[in-house]
Amino acid sequence: MSGGGFSIRRYLRPGLKLPFCPGCGCYTIINCFLKAVWELGHEDLSEFAFCSGIGCAAWIPSPYFNADSIHTPHGRAIPVATGVKLARPELKVVVFGGDGDIAGIGCGHLIHAARRNTDITVIMVNNMVYGMTGGQVAPTTPLGAKTTTTPLGCFERPLDVANVVAAAGANYSARWTTAHRRQLTDAFRRALTGRGLRFVEVVSPCPTNFGRRMGMDAKALLRWFVEASVPIEEARNMGAEELRGRIVVGTFADRDEPGLLDRLREAYGRARPP
Amino acid sequence: MPEAYLWPGNIACAEGAIAAGCRFFAGYPITPANEISEHMAKRLPEVGGIFIQMEDEMASLGAVIGASWAGLRAMTATSGPGFSLMQELIGYAFFTETPCVIVDVMRVGPSTGQATRAAQGDVMQARWGPHGDYAAVVLAPSSPQEMFDLTVRAFDISERLRTPVVVLSDEIIAHMRENVIVPDEIRIPERARPERGRQEFFGPELVPPMPRLGDGFNVPVTGSTHDERGIRFTRDPIVHRRLIKRLWAKVYSSAREVWDWELCGEQEGKLDLAFVSFGSMSRSVLEAIDILASRGLRVASLRLKAIWPFPDEVVAKLAERAEAIIVPELNMGQLVREVRRAVAGRARVIGLSRVGGGELPTPEELAEFALEVVGR
Ligand SMILES: Cc1ncc(C[n+]2csc(CCOP(=O)(O)OP(=O)(O)O)c2C)c(N)n1
Ligand code: SF4
Ligand SMILES: [Mg+2]
Repeated sequence: MSGGGFSIRRYLRPGLKLPFCPGCGCYTIINCFLKAVWELGHEDLSEFAFCSGIGCAAWIPSPYFNADSIHTPHGRAIPVATGVKLARPELKVVVFGGDGDIAGIGCGHLIHAARRNTDITVIMVNNMVYGMTGGQVAPTTPLGAKTTTTPLGCFERPLDVANVVAAAGANYSARWTTAHRRQLTDAFRRALTGRGLRFVEVVSPCPTNFGRRMGMDAKALLRWFVEASVPIEEARNMGAEELRGRIVVGTFADRDEPGLLDRLREAYGRARPP
Repeated sequence: MPEAYLWPGNIACAEGAIAAGCRFFAGYPITPANEISEHMAKRLPEVGGIFIQMEDEMASLGAVIGASWAGLRAMTATSGPGFSLMQELIGYAFFTETPCVIVDVMRVGPSTGQATRAAQGDVMQARWGPHGDYAAVVLAPSSPQEMFDLTVRAFDISERLRTPVVVLSDEIIAHMRENVIVPDEIRIPERARPERGRQEFFGPELVPPMPRLGDGFNVPVTGSTHDERGIRFTRDPIVHRRLIKRLWAKVYSSAREVWDWELCGEQEGKLDLAFVSFGSMSRSVLEAIDILASRGLRVASLRLKAIWPFPDEVVAKLAERAEAIIVPELNMGQLVREVRRAVAGRARVIGLSRVGGGELPTPEELAEFALEVVGR
């Protein structure tokens, strides 16, 4: 690595100011992600293509990363990324999106990408709410949480996204919170290497549209993340009741099965040459 | 030597796409478009392309858009229910200036309707389907030969204008088998690529050069309003107006090159009667005008091979000659509204609606209707 030490600025598009609220977890995620990129030896983002949907988290790469990025309609980043990857396999294709984007409106795409083991990285920012639209209930909102559309408390159970993705066949699936910077950076590094689908769920504070209604500021949210976190190894010996309200962190899957491209090439090898 | 094949329309469409250099197809099963996907699944691996069946129609067009930005000519095919699901991404492709081809093999709707039966009910959806200020380019084949030719043309227009192009077919054309002549050579110009160092990919020219992802341009593509570099501007009225006006100018200044029609019957002079139609309906019309001519009427058929942008002047010119214009279509009356607008009172415009079961009016029925219209 030449040209000085790590600074996120080397990867950001000049002349733009990051748009997130003070205390938003997106800042930490950008830092840890670009740190992982740096640690992997990338001097710039020329080997990457980013795709993201709609939401605060989806603004992380677009247009702030000085890279190719496609900012798609809400929920559709994974299919667009699939098209990019199949058409230009040499690119590292990375999807950023919120919990609503990836596990709500785009949930079908996520599960099928895991099933296909599509050779892309998916980073889901789980702030437990629809942040950009003002704090409505999300598929990841904890039971009982007050949001603008659950004024009496959320009466649906949250989706255990990292677990679902692991079960659907992704090569790698992990969950960390923004309070786990080192683990998060390591998870990003792992998610940027190898084949198949690599998924990282980041539990992230949205002080503006989640914390505020829960009576927590950014600091309190982070404190809660630390207190509520349970390593997956421990969680395996805990009952459902004990786990209610806890955030299970760690690696849900880490394997090296053939990715979509391997399978496709194997099948296409059987095609008659032109 | 050009070769001839006995192909159903859907196969001709797939072969046209391959001939046009399409190397990526993503789709979701639906009657009556399935044979296009199935043929692409077989043919693309043979020519170094990629086929993938996605989990739904949004994913299909999404993957096509991704592949297009990664440098491949790309296409999807569907029918009404899937075409409805694709509308947001069609608007996205238009707004982000992403070349791609969408084939809609029309069937009876709304909703699931009659899945195996032809209709022409998507004329207006093809024009106005995406929300906001969309400008559509829509071609309309009426034979397997045109399924081939117009699919090739769709790629040509899409690549030249950097905009999605819809091929609006129907179940009858899709499944009928006819001779298709494949020309020896089909050349669609390569996409114009930006020069090194360029930073404007969304203007200022009407059709700006399109970078390929991974080529070092750091292009931000977004469906939000953006400036010429692709940077999001979600409030500035000027940036939005400039962008949308350019996108409309791009499509409408090319309208004359997109327009494509066939005039049969009396080529000049006054007409007792004219037909305006497209797609499978035109096949019945062509026979009907023979019957009417044999009964001593001066008649003509204007068959539209491109519906949008609508060829106002072509229709207006016909209206100058005709006393009455009949617009038969397999829907409750869509094209007729546009014809009436373009005719602007120069002639009587009479719609003939036929819906359900995929049944075309017979040439005799059309002739009978026409005779009533002219009072014979
Ligand atoms: C099809 C469609 N439906 C709804 C919206 C409105 N919308 C914009 S952002 C958003 C929620 C984003 O939530 P999430 O993905 O969790 O991202 P966050 O803002 O919380 O980071 C929604 C519903 C939209 N843009 N498109
Ligand atoms: S609304 Fe929430 S998620 Fe969006 S920028 Fe503000 S703090 Fe972050
Ligand atoms: Mg969210």
